[in-house]
Amino acid sequence: MAEYQNIFTRIQVRGPAPYPGVPLPADNSPREGTPSEVHLFGRLGDAQIGPFYLGYLGMLSLLFGFIAFEIIGLNMLASVNWNLSEFIRQLFWLALEPPPPEYGLRIPPLNKGGWWIVAGFFLTLSMLLWWVRTYRRARELGMGTHVAWAFAGAIWLYLVLGFIRPVAMGSWSEAVPFGIFPHLDWTAAFSIRYGNLFYNPFHALSIVFLYGSVLLFAMHAATILALGRYGGEREIEQTLDRGTAAERGGLFWRWTMGFNATFESIHRWAWWFAFLCPVTGGIGILLTGTVVDNWYLWAVDRHFAPAYTMPWTPVVDPSIVQGAPR
Amino acid sequence: MSRFSLSIAAAVAALLCGVIFVTTFERPPVLSSQGGFRGLSMGDVQNPRTIPARLAANQVPEAPEAAETDGPKAHETYENVQVLRDLSAAQFNRLMIVMTEWIAPNQGCGYCHNVENMASDEVYTKVVARRMLQMTHKINSEWATHVGQTGVTCYTCHRGNAVPTMVWSTEPNSRAGLQAPRGQNHPASSVGESSLPSDPFTPFLLGDAEIRNISTTSLPGRNSQSIMTTEWTYGLMMHISTSLGVNCTHCHNSRSFAEWRTQSPPAQTTAWYGIRMVRDINMSYIEPLKPLWAQNPNGPAEGPHGPRLGAMGDALKVNCATCHQGVNRPLNGAPMLRDFPELKQVNQGPLRSADATPR
Repeated sequence: MAEYQNIFTRIQVRGPAPYPGVPLPADNSPREGTPSEVHLFGRLGDAQIGPFYLGYLGMLSLLFGFIAFEIIGLNMLASVNWNLSEFIRQLFWLALEPPPPEYGLRIPPLNKGGWWIVAGFFLTLSMLLWWVRTYRRARELGMGTHVAWAFAGAIWLYLVLGFIRPVAMGSWSEAVPFGIFPHLDWTAAFSIRYGNLFYNPFHALSIVFLYGSVLLFAMHAATILALGRYGGEREIEQTLDRGTAAERGGLFWRWTMGFNATFESIHRWAWWFAFLCPVTGGIGILLTGTVVDNWYLWAVDRHFAPAYTMPWTPVVDPSIVQGAPR
Repeated sequence: MSRFSLSIAAAVAALLCGVIFVTTFERPPVLSSQGGFRGLSMGDVQNPRTIPARLAANQVPEAPEAAETDGPKAHETYENVQVLRDLSAAQFNRLMIVMTEWIAPNQGCGYCHNVENMASDEVYTKVVARRMLQMTHKINSEWATHVGQTGVTCYTCHRGNAVPTMVWSTEPNSRAGLQAPRGQNHPASSVGESSLPSDPFTPFLLGDAEIRNISTTSLPGRNSQSIMTTEWTYGLMMHISTSLGVNCTHCHNSRSFAEWRTQSPPAQTTAWYGIRMVRDINMSYIEPLKPLWAQNPNGPAEGPHGPRLGAMGDALKVNCATCHQGVNRPLNGAPMLRDFPELKQVNQGPLRSADATPR
């Protein structure tokens, strides 16, 4: 196999000595740890590990995240009677559920969903602090804040699912449980209860941006890797010179589909697709149950659910037949 | 890290992925047949390798030769015949013989009778059997909406076992502590190994809790069903699906589970009546017999011994799997009842002996 065709990077990025990074403004806390180099990491990315910038935001975020993680884990462990082997066996099935519907938006006893509220509170706090951290670190490095705003898109979806929509519906029970399979079952039950999310236009948009992100990611990544033999990953020189890898990449797409992105614009495309995926998804979730209660019937009302004839005699709902059993 | 240890790590990861892949998926081919309007993917999906085993597990035993219907009646020939009084004595004996084969092939007559005095009601199983005969008759006569003309016999559930193998009882769930039990989020075979509520039977097949969750209007208004209650219905549906060996699309056009008219296959109606039938069986026949089982929690003295009550002291009750046992039509749809006209002549009147009327 040729050197430039490999899923792992063949270039170990190693400086002569581990590099601590650009100097930071005076009011920043110092970076932690002595940098080291790991060969395996060098196969996937930069070989250098550390130094870390933790700061008080990072510390608090990790602490609150750990608290949430512990509350969820201990509740799961309690649900198997503190049996460690059952905990491992059933791990994917275990969950910390939000309060049942009868509590509405009130604070329930801890063992009836109260722990879910506590865990959710700490997890939210942790994520918001991490968001501030991504924003602040970008600013301190003199970067734009694109990463922070992309992350905000994901936080928006998380908040809609776990906080904004439950509040709008007047019940914590509308929120997602913490758990691997349980949150997937919740997703299916959510779609069923609200008449099939397939007919929710924002759900459709979200899928467009999800699959679009994947497509753009594949196109971009494949283009850059295919240009590896011309040093296509060295973007700065490429934008200035003629006959470069970048120009070949552009030409490839112009010749195959008549239009090409530039080395800069492709990242704008990718950013917006990735950002809009959770944002439109969140809008779709927020409208469900608050504005539309049955998306299929909503689609029928708006004449975009196709009507067709089934190859059997139409059946009648037996519950409306007179004298039907209960 | 050396190249060697990298290879070891890669091999372990590949092995792990391989094990997960092989144990999670069924290998092709998959038989898929289309039912609904073209392009809807309302398919019936079957694994052809599991079909022979399922066919073999659901065979009907050969029926003995039909009995004469004339001659003296059973209640004239024998004492204390209550529900089968109008059969001829020959029919009566024929039915007793097949019932023994169907239910207690190893114990014989002694499972229900004091063999010294066959007329006696002292063995409680005889009293249970009378109610079960009445139940079978009611299913065949009043629940044709579910069982059609195929009908059921004792064998449909019992299959040679004193207690049908596929029964349910309310699960103990009395843990207190950090988390109050929610009846879900543990792997449960009753709901297809999902994390859905594992006992959808108590609310839906014993009680008559509302199964329908989906709004009948596009805009919010009167539907107070929550996502959590939907998961209970979902659990019941998973039970039906696994019990019958069918997909959702056997009964539903999955684009709108709630839609009946012009959407759902006729099987949805059959299932709707089936749910009501099972409620009737559990409420009118199984639960009222509980005192008899409570007196004999391990079966009759002669055996076979085994629990006659669930962990919570409730009766072992019926759900879809009790009859269906993995196939869409129990016993592969064999019209077994046709060979046993005796089961259509069961007297539905109240039972006489003191023990006979369940308290």
